[in-house]
Amino acid sequence: MKKIQLQPIDGNSSGYLGLLALLGAFIAAGMGSFYYMETNGHWVTGMDNQVVWGMPHVFAVFLIVAASGALNVASISSVFNKKVYKPLAPLSTLVAIALLVGGLMILVLDLGRPDRLIVAMTYYNFKSIFAWNMILYNGFFVIVGIYAWFMLDRTMKQYSRYAGIAAFVWRLALTTGTGSIFGFLVARTGYDMAMMAPMFIIMSFSFGLAIFILVLLASYNWTGRELGDAIVMRLRKLLGIFVMAVLYFVVVYHISNLYATEHHGFEKFMLLGENGGEKYSNIFWIGQILIGSLVPLAMIYAPAVARCRRTLAMACALVIFGGLAQMYTIIIGGQAYPLDIFPGMEVLESGFNDGIVSQYSATMPEILLGLGGFATALIVIALGVKVLGFLPATLADSVTDPHAKAE
Amino acid sequence: MSNTKETINISRRSFVEKSATAAAALTIAPGVILNQVHAKPADEAVTSAKRWGILIDTDKCGKGCNDCVTACHEENGIASHGRPLTDQVWIRKVKLRDKLTQNVVSLPMMCQHCENPPCVDVCPTGASFKREDGIVLVDRHICIGCRYCMMACPYKARSFAHEVVDNQRDYQPRGKGTVESCTMCVHRVDEDGTPACVEACSKAEHGAMIFGDMKDPESNISKALVKHGGTQIRADLGLNTGVRYRGI
Repeated sequence: MKKIQLQPIDGNSSGYLGLLALLGAFIAAGMGSFYYMETNGHWVTGMDNQVVWGMPHVFAVFLIVAASGALNVASISSVFNKKVYKPLAPLSTLVAIALLVGGLMILVLDLGRPDRLIVAMTYYNFKSIFAWNMILYNGFFVIVGIYAWFMLDRTMKQYSRYAGIAAFVWRLALTTGTGSIFGFLVARTGYDMAMMAPMFIIMSFSFGLAIFILVLLASYNWTGRELGDAIVMRLRKLLGIFVMAVLYFVVVYHISNLYATEHHGFEKFMLLGENGGEKYSNIFWIGQILIGSLVPLAMIYAPAVARCRRTLAMACALVIFGGLAQMYTIIIGGQAYPLDIFPGMEVLESGFNDGIVSQYSATMPEILLGLGGFATALIVIALGVKVLGFLPATLADSVTDPHAKAE
Repeated sequence: MSNTKETINISRRSFVEKSATAAAALTIAPGVILNQVHAKPADEAVTSAKRWGILIDTDKCGKGCNDCVTACHEENGIASHGRPLTDQVWIRKVKLRDKLTQNVVSLPMMCQHCENPPCVDVCPTGASFKREDGIVLVDRHICIGCRYCMMACPYKARSFAHEVVDNQRDYQPRGKGTVESCTMCVHRVDEDGTPACVEACSKAEHGAMIFGDMKDPESNISKALVKHGGTQIRADLGLNTGVRYRGI
């Protein structure tokens, strides 16, 4: 492999400035939404005392999970020593950090008391997986930052593999922690499963890679730099494997639930749409499984479009859509399904909506806050490739893999 | 537990009145009445020598009666904003029917003051905490409003303050953007009082709720528990709740 040269983008074109302006507009809308929700209180959102985590959490958890997955490319190059991915490792760290920034921004701005962030940073209950996550998130910034530094600093380069291994272990811990937020909720039928942790890890692989591929395709396309098939085809196949792996975990998750009688009600709700679960069942089958998994798989593997970049980009977008749908079914669906507080009893009357499916509809401020987080992540990437110059000058096949005749 | 007198609140007098009585009694008959004055000085730490609890007899609980809910919300300054889904609810009445036997019961549901509370486990800042005497509270000065405790509570006992809180009581600081729930009227308990819900239930002559120290074998609640037992809701979770039920 020839020596790879990283080169900042010019960042003067009207297209680039237009992109920044567009993302800035989304961020401004997100900030406006935050201000609206913060000054009025959460009653102006779709959230209530039954569905306490709403659309902001769907976006936030998705981005946090994807952040860990965006580090895939760097991990494969450093930990598993695949040279072909080495040129893209710095970009991979940038995307990872950017996505985490976006996700955490949403999470913090959706707190009841975001002004108490300093409290969250200074008071720790070490039995809480949430508290652990705060350490894991902050540590991720530090470790991935050091990893990027070691890769780019000639004097530290010899240590970059170790930093890469540390980052790899850390990101696995981070996603384990994120999945465990749900896995440790013993009383809720839709959660309460240790499998949430590994499932979130594999989800991170898929969502993070889909975003990374889109960033890669867009940045090379828009800057007119050469991006060879050798690297794109590898990433394409990798994405296909990850999407199938997520599907596998989803199947095992539901089969495990179907085996336990106490979870039958939840499975009927989620899979068959019974007892008021139509909306979640539709989002699951149409959004997550069909549009978000099977269609992109077909696009990735169909021989007729095997080299079509546009098809790949579309598949990535659908994987992201499917990921959001999956987060929606997990986070909102899991809460909407009633808590079984009185097993064996039927609730005839309640002063607090016991025993009935909670209704939730995301409001515009919640969606705009989520999109604002997405835009923040993308603007960090856009500025990063200009200021830090993490983008290789060329990724032509002759540079990345002289032996590969683009397969 | 047919004798409703057992649950009659003996501590409705204000703290000042009690203090005056205590002072007089100590002057007049030291050693004779001393044991009747229990109010814990404010600087004295709560200890695990006590475990406060409530036993609820669903057979006595009045179907259609909502006095415990009204009293709780009045005591703690919880006012409706006319938006039921986001209004705070510290205690609610629930009517249930056994799917097999068709037996219908009515009961009040609130924080169960678990010995191993999931809300305390998950709270990132330690704002959710359990006192040594078993009362589970939220320190609303360090609650960041993440609502993870609401996700974790098996009893849906907690509410989020979705909007500005008016009508606050001096003894019960609350605020928009934080989580709150039944405090077992800790401000009363610390002054030898009885929770407002229990008091209201007695006043309504249902006597369905007995409050007391579950570690004191001579307390009414302990005697009733020994005699009749008391069921925990979701006992399978192993939380060892401080609120127990009869008749379910």
